[in-house]
This record gives sequence, C-alpha cells and structure tokens, in this order.
Amino acid sequence: MSTTDFHSLWTAAAEPLGEIPTPEIEYVQLAPVLIVVGAAVLGVLVEAVVPRRARYHTQLFLSGVALACAFAAVVGLALSGHATTKAQISAMGAIAVDGPALFLQGTILLTSLVAVFTFAERRLDPAHHGHRVDSFAAEAAAVPGSDHEKAAVKAGFTTTEVFPLVLFAITGMLVFPAANDLLTLFIALEVFSLPLYLLCAVARRKRMMSQEAAVKYFLLGAFASAFLLFGIALLYGYAGSVSYARIADVVDGAVGTVDPALAATMSNDVLLLIGFAMVLMGLLFKVGAVPFHMWTPDVYQGAPTPVTGFMAAATKVAAFGAMLRLLYVVLPGLRWDWRPVMWGVAIVTMLAGAIVAITQTDIKRLLAYSSIAHAGFILAGVIAATPDGVSSTLFYLAAYSFVTVGAFAVVTLVRDAGGEATHLSKWAGLGRRSPLVAAVFAVFLLAFAGIPLTSGFSGKFAVFKAAAEGGAGVLVVVGVIASAIAAFFYIRVIVLMFFSEPHPEGPTVAVPSPLTTTAIGVGVAVTLVLGLAPQYFLDLAGQAGVFVR
Amino acid sequence: MENLIALLVAAPLLGAAVLLCGGRRLDKAGHWLGTLLAAASFVVGVVLFADMLGKGPEERAVHQRLFSWVPVEGFQADVAFQLDQLSMTFVLLITGVGTLIHVYSIGYMEHDERRRRFFGYLNLFLAAMLLLVIADNYLLLYFGWEGVGLASYLLIGFWQHKPSAATAAKKAFLVNRVGDIGLSVAIMLMFTTFGTFAFGPVLGSAGEASEGMLTAIGLMLLLAACGKSAQVPLQSWLGDAMEGPTPVSALIHAATMVTAGVYLITRSGAIFNAAPDAQLAVVVVGAVTLLFGAIVGCAKDDIKKALAGSTMSQIGYMILAAGLGPIGYAFAIMHLVTHGFFKAGLFLGAGSVMHGMNDEVDMRKYGGLRTYMPVTFVTFGLGYLAIIGFPGLSGFWSKDKIIEAAFAKGGTEGWILGAVTLLGAGITAYYMTRVMIMTFFGEKRWQPAPDPDTTAGVEPGVEAAPGEMPHPHESPKSMTVPMILLAFGSVFAGGLFSLNSAFVHWLEPVTDFQHGHPPVSAAVVTTATVVVLLIGVGIAYAQYGRRPVPVVAPRGSLLTRAARRDLLQDDFNHVVLVRGGEHLTRSLVYVDHSLVDGVVNGTAAAMGGLSGRMRKLQNGFARSYAVSMFGGAAVLIAATLLMRAV
Repeated sequence: MSTTDFHSLWTAAAEPLGEIPTPEIEYVQLAPVLIVVGAAVLGVLVEAVVPRRARYHTQLFLSGVALACAFAAVVGLALSGHATTKAQISAMGAIAVDGPALFLQGTILLTSLVAVFTFAERRLDPAHHGHRVDSFAAEAAAVPGSDHEKAAVKAGFTTTEVFPLVLFAITGMLVFPAANDLLTLFIALEVFSLPLYLLCAVARRKRMMSQEAAVKYFLLGAFASAFLLFGIALLYGYAGSVSYARIADVVDGAVGTVDPALAATMSNDVLLLIGFAMVLMGLLFKVGAVPFHMWTPDVYQGAPTPVTGFMAAATKVAAFGAMLRLLYVVLPGLRWDWRPVMWGVAIVTMLAGAIVAITQTDIKRLLAYSSIAHAGFILAGVIAATPDGVSSTLFYLAAYSFVTVGAFAVVTLVRDAGGEATHLSKWAGLGRRSPLVAAVFAVFLLAFAGIPLTSGFSGKFAVFKAAAEGGAGVLVVVGVIASAIAAFFYIRVIVLMFFSEPHPEGPTVAVPSPLTTTAIGVGVAVTLVLGLAPQYFLDLAGQAGVFVR
Repeated sequence: MENLIALLVAAPLLGAAVLLCGGRRLDKAGHWLGTLLAAASFVVGVVLFADMLGKGPEERAVHQRLFSWVPVEGFQADVAFQLDQLSMTFVLLITGVGTLIHVYSIGYMEHDERRRRFFGYLNLFLAAMLLLVIADNYLLLYFGWEGVGLASYLLIGFWQHKPSAATAAKKAFLVNRVGDIGLSVAIMLMFTTFGTFAFGPVLGSAGEASEGMLTAIGLMLLLAACGKSAQVPLQSWLGDAMEGPTPVSALIHAATMVTAGVYLITRSGAIFNAAPDAQLAVVVVGAVTLLFGAIVGCAKDDIKKALAGSTMSQIGYMILAAGLGPIGYAFAIMHLVTHGFFKAGLFLGAGSVMHGMNDEVDMRKYGGLRTYMPVTFVTFGLGYLAIIGFPGLSGFWSKDKIIEAAFAKGGTEGWILGAVTLLGAGITAYYMTRVMIMTFFGEKRWQPAPDPDTTAGVEPGVEAAPGEMPHPHESPKSMTVPMILLAFGSVFAGGLFSLNSAFVHWLEPVTDFQHGHPPVSAAVVTTATVVVLLIGVGIAYAQYGRRPVPVVAPRGSLLTRAARRDLLQDDFNHVVLVRGGEHLTRSLVYVDHSLVDGVVNGTAAAMGGLSGRMRKLQNGFARSYAVSMFGGAAVLIAATLLMRAV
C-alpha cells in the first residue's frame, strides 16, 4: 500500500460527514429475536430481584413462554408470506427474513424449547439436604471440592442463571443463520458462543471435567473466532463492504465503481480466496467438521448432558444455516473454488467421525463422534449447490436436532452412584431391566444410523439424492460407506443393551419428571413422523429453500 | 354376450371363497354348492359356445376387459379375457369334465370329514384353470398357471396326515417351480422384446423379433410346459402326485392341468413357428416322454401309477404334435380333448375299483372283477379301447392323425418321429391290455385289507376292518353316472370331431392348419397303426392272459426293474441335483466362511485398528487441538488457492 493510499484513507475520513440516516428497524419481522433477547434480559433481572426460592419456576416459565411466543412469531411471519413472496432484508441490511432463516429459526426454537425442559429436570438426582437438584452446580463460582461449595450445596443453591444464559445463546443462534452481513455474523457468533462456554462449565457432577471442557471450548472457540474475524477483514478488503449482497456483486463482477480507499486491494482474488477460506473455517469449527472437530468429544463429554444435547442440536442448525447462506448468497459465483475444498472436508469428516467412533467406550463421546460424522453427511447436502441441496439440508437439520436432544435426554436417565453412567459397559443389558428406555434409545440410534422408517433415513436419503444430482456422486459413495461403518457402532450399542447380560451392580434408570419425558417423547414422535411421512416436511423445506439477496 | 366371460371364472371362485371361508356351517351342503357352481360355469360355457357357433369362423374370438391390473407407465397389464375357439375348447373340457368329477367326488369323498374343504380346493382349481385358458395376456396366464399349481399342491397333499402325500405335494410344487421359472423368464423376455405381453401384439409381431430371441422365448416356454405337463426332464412329480384322491388324479393330473403345457405351446404357436430350433426341442421332448411314460407304464403294478405313466406318454404325443407346427396343432388339441374323456374315465374307473377293494391299488391283488363291478368294467373297458386306438373309438381318430402328421414332418426326422409314435402306440396297447387283464380278468388274487398301522393312512370309504377280505361291489350312482357319461365321450368324441374334419376347421382360425403329406399314404399308416396295436395286445395277452399273474412281482429284467423305479428318474435327480446342490451349497458356505467372512472381519479389524490409531490424536491437550486447527486452516487456504491455480 503506497503513501497516497494511506493519505486518501485519512482524507476520506476527514471529509465532513453527511447526515446520518435514522435506522429503520422492522420490529415485527425481527419479533422472534426480540422476544427471546427480551426474555433473556428479563431473566437477568429475575436473578437480581426475585427471591431465590421462586427463581426456578419463574425462570422456567419465562423461558418456556418466550420460546413458545417466539416460535409463534416465526409461524406468523411464515404464514404471512415472509418466507416466500415477502422475503426481504431488514434492519438496514443486517438481517435477512426469508424462507431458510424462518425455517431454521423455527427449528432452533422448537429444539431449544425441548432442551430447556431437560435443563429444568430436577428429579433424577436424590434431593440434597431437602433441596431438589438439577444437572447444574450449586454455585458455579465455587472451587470444586471446597468448603464454599459444600456450603452452597447445603444451602440448596441452584444455578438458575442457566436459563437467561441459554436464552442469550438462542438469541445469537436465531441471528446467526439470518445474518446478512459479515459483522452481524460475527456478533451473532459471539453472542451464542460466550453463554455456551459458561454453560459447559457448570456441571454439578465431575466439575473439574466440566470446567476443563469449558476452558478448552473457550480457547479453541476464540482461536476459531480470530480466524473468522481475520477472514472478514480480508473480505472487506476485497469487496469494500461486509454486506453479503455487495460482496456477491463484486464476485460476479457486477460492480463498476471502486472505492478509492481500497483501490489497491479491491477485486484481488487472493484476498477473496484467503478471506473466504478463513470465514469458512470459523463456521466449520462450529459444526465440528474435521480437522476443526477436536473440541467436540471433550466438550460434549465434559459439559452437563442437557447442555450437550442443546449444543449438539441447536448450534449445528445455526452454524449450518449460516454456512448455507454464505455459500449460496455470497459465493455462488465462486462455486468452482469452494466445492472441491468442501468435498475434501466432507469426505474426511464423514470417515473420521465414523471410524473413530468405533473404539469409543463412553456414550457421550460416542455421540460426539456420531455428530461429527453427521456434520459430514450434512456437508454433502450443502455441497450440492442446488435448491434441493438447501431443502434437503434444512430437512436433515430439523430431523437430526430432535433425535439429538432426545438421545442426550435418555443419557441423563441412566444413572449410578456417581451420576450419569456414561461408560458403555454399564449399559449392558439395559434392555432387560428397562425395556422402554432402551427401546426409545434404540429408536434414536436407528435414526442416527439412517435405518428406514426413521427420520434419519429420510434426511440422509434427501441429502444424498441432492448431492448425487448436484454432481457429487463420489461423495455419496463415501457417505454410504461411512454410514455403513457408523451403523456398526450404533447397532453395537443396541446389541449391548438387548443381548448382553445385565451387570449386577449396573446403573438404574431414574424416573424423570414430565419435563424430560416430554423432551424424549417429542424426539421419538418427530423421529417417527419424519420417518413415516416425510413428504409434508420435505415440501415445507422445499418451499423454504430460497434465499433472499 | 362377452360380458359373461368373467362369470366362467367368477362362479367357481365364489365357490372356493365361500367353501374355504365359510367354516363348519357349510359342511352339510358344501359339496352341493361346489358342484352347482361348477355346473353353472359349464352352463355359461355352453351358452357362450352356442353364441360363438352363431358367428362366422373369423369373428368368433370375443374379448372382455375387466380392469387395469398394473397401470404403470410403460408396463401395462390388464385383467382381460379372450375367448376364441382354442379357449372355448378348453373351457368346455374343463367345466364339463370338472362338473362330472365334482359329482363323482360327492360319492367318493362321502366319508371324509374334510369334504367341504376338498370341494373348495376343486373349485379353486377350476377358477385358476379357467383363468389360465381365457387370459388375454401372458401375465394373467401366469397368474392362472400359478393358481393351478397351488390347487394341485393342496389337492395332492389333501391327506396331509400321510407323510407320502405331504412329500408328494412338496415334490410336485418344487418341480413345478423349475418350470414356472421358465414361464416367468419367457414373459420377461417378451416384455423386453415386444414391450408388452398381451397375446395380440406379441403373437402378431412375433416375426419381427430376431430368431435367437424367439428361440430363447420358445425354449423357456417349453421349460414351463415340461414342468406343468410332466415332460422329460421335469416328469418326476406326476407318479407321486397319485397320492392325491383319485378324482384329483382324474381331473387335474389326467384331463386338464397337465395339458396346460400343450395349451401354452399351441397358444404361442406364432413364436414356435418362427423358431425352428425351439420347435425341434419341443418335438424331441415329446418323443422322448412318449416312450418314457409308456415304458414306465408297462412296469407299474399300482393301477394309478400305471395310468400316470400312460398320461405322461399321451401328453408326450400332444407335445410332439404341437411341436410339428401348423400340421399338428389341431391334432394335439383334438387328442387332448379325447384323452380328457377317456383318461378321466379310466381314472374314475380305477377309483371305483379301489372303492370296492378296500383301497387296494396293487393290480396283482385284483383279478376277476368284471362280474362284481359290471358298470365299472364296461366303462373302463371302453376307455381302454379308446386309449389304445381301437378303430372307430375316440383315441383312434386323434392318435392316428398325430402319427400321420409325424410321418408328414418329412425327411429322416419324419421317419424317426413316425417310428417313435408307432412304437408308442404298440406299447400303449401292451400296458393298457396288461392293466385291463390284471384287473378284470383271470382268477381272484384278493388279499385281506391292509393294516392301517403299516400303511400310514388309507383313503376314506374303507369300512373293512384290518385283515378282512374285500367285498367288491359296484359303486353308487353318483360315481357310476359320471363314468358312463365319460365313456360316451371316449367312444364318440373322436369320430364326431373327425366328421368332415370339423374339429380342425373349428380351430383353424386360431392355430392355422396345413395338411401334412406323409411319404406313404394315410391308409398305409392307419393299417400299420392297427397292426402294431394288435401286436401289443397280443404280447400282453400272451404274458398275462394265458398265464397266472403272480401276486408277488417277479424280479424281472434290468429294464423292468429300472422302469419300476420310474426309469431311475428319482435316482438321477438325487445324484445330480440333490447331491450336486448339497455340494454346491457346502462349497458356497465354505467360501462364505473363509473368503466373505474373512474380508468382512478383516475390514472390521482394519477399521478398528485405524480407529484405535486415530483416536490417539485426540490426546486431550488444547494446544494439540489448536495446532490441528491451524494446520487445517493452512491446508484449507492452500487448497482454495490451489483450486484457482489449477
């Protein structure tokens, strides 16, 4: 960059500013986000003013109502045509309200609602000192094992802050797939990541592990965010804007005027490609794609199981949503550059996830690797780069998220003296002792494996079909091979549950409250409905498959 | 009028449904209902026949389309019927003989507590068989084909408490599967060649397909015919099928179902006419079976098995005639109809004899029955004269024509075929005379009734206590009347058909007809036939009429012993197919265990090892994870840039 360019930067800034226009905010179209963020702020106030005894119920009520209202708002927007004919960019170009955004927001809200139910479960552990306890630490700030902690437990403290935290995270997730410029994207990412780091750290049992997971997640997440941010800067250098539409125009060569301040860098394809790769890396980290997946098993295992379920389901939906928008709105003109790279990522992700899962001995780690493999399958749909690719990915995300929340909810039920019995050997013979719970878990595993009559099959079939039609036949072959490998460890768990002798000192299955029962029931229902009659929902995803630009 | 066609099938089908689903309430009246519906189908057939006679020869074929069965783009199958002269012939034979045998069964099955079920199966058979002959496409024909197979299976094994009956039913079913595969492959080939399997388009455009394809279709159809009609090499089931009740043997395994193969080949004449190689195969199969069945028939002491060998042989005649092409089709069908009469009559006669003899089937334990069962003797005797081709009776007219047509084939082939058919006629005369003499003439060789403990089961109607001598008596009216009516057919049908070549002209629009010209005059052929016939009768008389028949069968020559074992067909099947199949499966299991499982387990082990190694990368240190991410990002960027550079 020469001295004159620097000079022009300064002079441009020094020129007298024109009048700053009043931002126009379409409050109605942003209602889902606003409701949730409002409830989160209220939740913070609740922590401050409501007596400790009433906080749990108040927070649960507030979260439930907020999520339900937000979902109603999404449905209302979709019904009034904002998903199709009236799709538009709102909030001064920051947020897109269109079919994919509303579909993903609806999915996130519903899975979150179900996940919040599992957060609120208080009947699994025996009561401490007459106080019912949930999965979260009595006082997160207390050093594990310290007197301070013991006192907090004795006093019956609970970390009801998890409710506002999860609402903040949901807010970020709602914005993430709807973000229409790179800065909004980054802010949304941080808004949902930071609460998640905290939530990972507040497990009641195995607190050291939980805190280790949180620190790892935070460090690596920050690392990935740095890449993302640097990528955003490079893309700004390339296009002179952070707006998706504007970058897309520059990529297509449709913009004639060049910002004089950026004359040396604009339309420099090296900036574009490096910036794109870095932004993509940030998103691939969030979905847990190889080689950015290493945090997943550790964090999934260490985090409180309800948080794991929420994270595994909702984060994936949000991150894939953002990736879809980035690839389909900003970079369709760059398809020939990103597709081969993504091919590689998808293949490595599918195979590595499936293969490493084979030797796992902890059910939560097993599900973590399973989620990595599934990230690969979803990537196959993303890579299709066709309208079918979008709709099949949307469908897969919806199907997958409910199965995931349900599966982790079942994990919370199987307990022994040390809390959840996550070691696989303890699950031996579970089907003999608790046939219903084992059967439900088997349904989820079959759905993960993609066996017909479950949602997993419909989703996998849809993405593979889209990928094959989009010219990615090799990817489909690899995907089927990876599915076959994955089927091994899913079925192995089923065999273990039903065909092994129960361990005499094996875990017991806790009887949950209606909250967890609802979460599991919804998971089973969605799994079966999407497996038996997927067409309506495929059509819905198909109608929602057009991005506004 | 064509709307009546569906009624042909509907009546017996209704009977089957009501009788099989109706439960015990129908036990009292079930047999009447079954017989009535069979008769109703016959009446419908006669009405349609009368209507058909009123039209010109070329306009006689009528169609009825019920509904679209498989409505798929590019694959259309209808449930539609075609009733032309060929189908009409079969309809009358099936419903006519079928009704008579229903009547006969009322008496024959009187003491069987599962009589209602028996009539249900019989009705089911009629429905399937009628569907087979009036279908207007090969797929629907296949449906009927499988239907008669099912009914045959159920009826052979009707006395399923007898292990021999259950085994025989299974054997018939399995052997028929082999033939059925032929039919299904033929239909698939037709579909790929012609794009349809309706008779009209397939047979109409048969000439346009390549000869190789037509030969393949023809050979597959022949395989199907071999299975259903018990022709070499799929003949082994028919003898064992005699385990079924005798009316079943008469209706299904003599008069109607086993002739379905002849129908199939005649119906597909256009294909065979254009595929001389397939036609040659048909002729060879017919000629071989003709002699095979006849030789087996000579050695059997079981009256029903002797008749079964005879059936095989007579169908061999028909297949041979059908293989001769347009000079033979009409005679094949004509022999089929006359055979339907006299063979059904013979079987009913055999049933009547067994009925009076405590269900003894060994002819060596009969003898001198003519005075005890006069009606049976006379009707059986007329059937006997008909089948050996005694001049003037039905069999004479139809068989003589086939022999003439065989000579008319021309060249060396013609001489060989002519000689075979002539020889067959001689052997027929021999073994039928043997049956006749051993049963009705000579001295009584009756034995006490068999002990039920030693024979696993006995047919119903046995009232004699074990160890009691039989008291032969004439059968009740319900059994003798059908025998008498069939005897009329045995005597007069052939002559009636041959009057002004009426039958040939009747079928000509469907099967086409050419006059065959034998190298010698027809009179010479006829004379030769009669001479051969007399020689056969003479030898049999010399062997069995002039000498006492031993009660225990003598050891006999090598050929006799082989023929008693059905010319070693089961031994052959056992050694080649069963043993071979066992060896094949054993080696496949070995390959499966060592190779396939080895590969599978090896892959699994390799994956497990890979997994174990890869999970070591997950060492728990955030710094390693960060390095991996950094490396991944570097590769991602490099790859993206590289893609642009390439």
